[in-house]
Amino acid sequence: MIIVQPNIEKKLIQTLESVSDPEIPVLTVLDLGVIREAIEVDGVICIKLTPTYSGCPAMDVIGDDLTKAFSEIGKETKIELILAPAWTTDWISEAGKRKMEEYGIAAPLEETADKDALLGNAKIVKCTNCGSKNTHLVSQFGSTACKALFKCDDCQEPFDYFKCLK
Amino acid sequence: MKENLYNYILGIADNSLILGQRLGELCGHGPNLETDIALTNISLDLLGQTRSYFQYAAKIVGDDKTEDDIAFLRNERQYKNVLLVEQPNTHFGFVIGRQFLFDVYHLLFLEKMQSSNDEILVAIAKKSIKEVSYHERFSSDWIKRLGDGTAESNKKMQEAIDGLWRYTDELFQLTEVEKVMVSEGLGVEISLFKEAYYKRVSEVLKEATINIPESKYFQKGGKEGVHSEHMGYILADLQYMQRSYPNMKW
Repeated sequence: MIIVQPNIEKKLIQTLESVSDPEIPVLTVLDLGVIREAIEVDGVICIKLTPTYSGCPAMDVIGDDLTKAFSEIGKETKIELILAPAWTTDWISEAGKRKMEEYGIAAPLEETADKDALLGNAKIVKCTNCGSKNTHLVSQFGSTACKALFKCDDCQEPFDYFKCLK
Repeated sequence: MKENLYNYILGIADNSLILGQRLGELCGHGPNLETDIALTNISLDLLGQTRSYFQYAAKIVGDDKTEDDIAFLRNERQYKNVLLVEQPNTHFGFVIGRQFLFDVYHLLFLEKMQSSNDEILVAIAKKSIKEVSYHERFSSDWIKRLGDGTAESNKKMQEAIDGLWRYTDELFQLTEVEKVMVSEGLGVEISLFKEAYYKRVSEVLKEATINIPESKYFQKGGKEGVHSEHMGYILADLQYMQRSYPNMKW
């Protein structure tokens, strides 16, 4: 597994942190790991953004939100969408995973466990409402491309699970 | 302009575009909420992949050409998708059958495309393959559920596989453009995984208690732009806004 450290200038972090994922507003774009580069070149903020899923409609919104956030501090931006290396759920920060759970979305498990969960072989996805692992897969595709839909068999609540993507 | 590369990319992208459009028709019409959402999610993935290909193709043409021009402003004969993906959503068995027969191919194709000489195609393959492996899991799961389900669901699944089988051989027909791209190390040598394709398909069908059709008669033409009667209707839907309001933007 290749973990490529993003190249982000420290002074830009505060502004970047003010932009969140429109679908999961508790996650900032940094938590999500979609910013691969953010540097200032001749007064222009150059950002390289990578999509979580090819068709993710949130990407266009994130691009617009970044431009807006930087224009508010008087900076021009240049945003480039890059595909390689492809995004993986490993790039979601630990803080991001915690916030996601608190928000009601089960965080991605590691690869083998994820396969077992999505194939219904093992009951390992923890309900975000009551914490029980007595849950089952309702659909491999949930409210957005990145999530699967689960239901808890103890508290009966349905919840989203963020699919592992490697 | 690299004309062969441009045409090669369109051939790959049109499969995703037209299948994505077909699945999009089901938005709000799926048999139940979960399946409706799943099919439109798959559609969204396919359209996202199409955008990556078309953005690349537009760059090759230059002259301010955009991804939208390529998607909306071509005539039927200029679309190079296989006949399989344009087949209608006759019933849910057909939707799943078409998806499965394409997903198995798509997954094997992207696996090979990861070793192309073209770094943008490699990047798109590496991105898309993660999404497509979910698609293949979804469709093969449903093939088994319907095939090995009730007498009625088995009958309908069998009917769909029998009806769609004739379009599978075209997936492996090499066009002139593909031959050139393979010789230059950019294209995927599709004939190399034909056997693996039928093996995987047969395994799933067997588990689903679906008989593998024995027909040796296959249809082809889509990859050369000669489509079935369904294609015009798909384009009428797909291109309606651009034809009615030329140059409109969202």
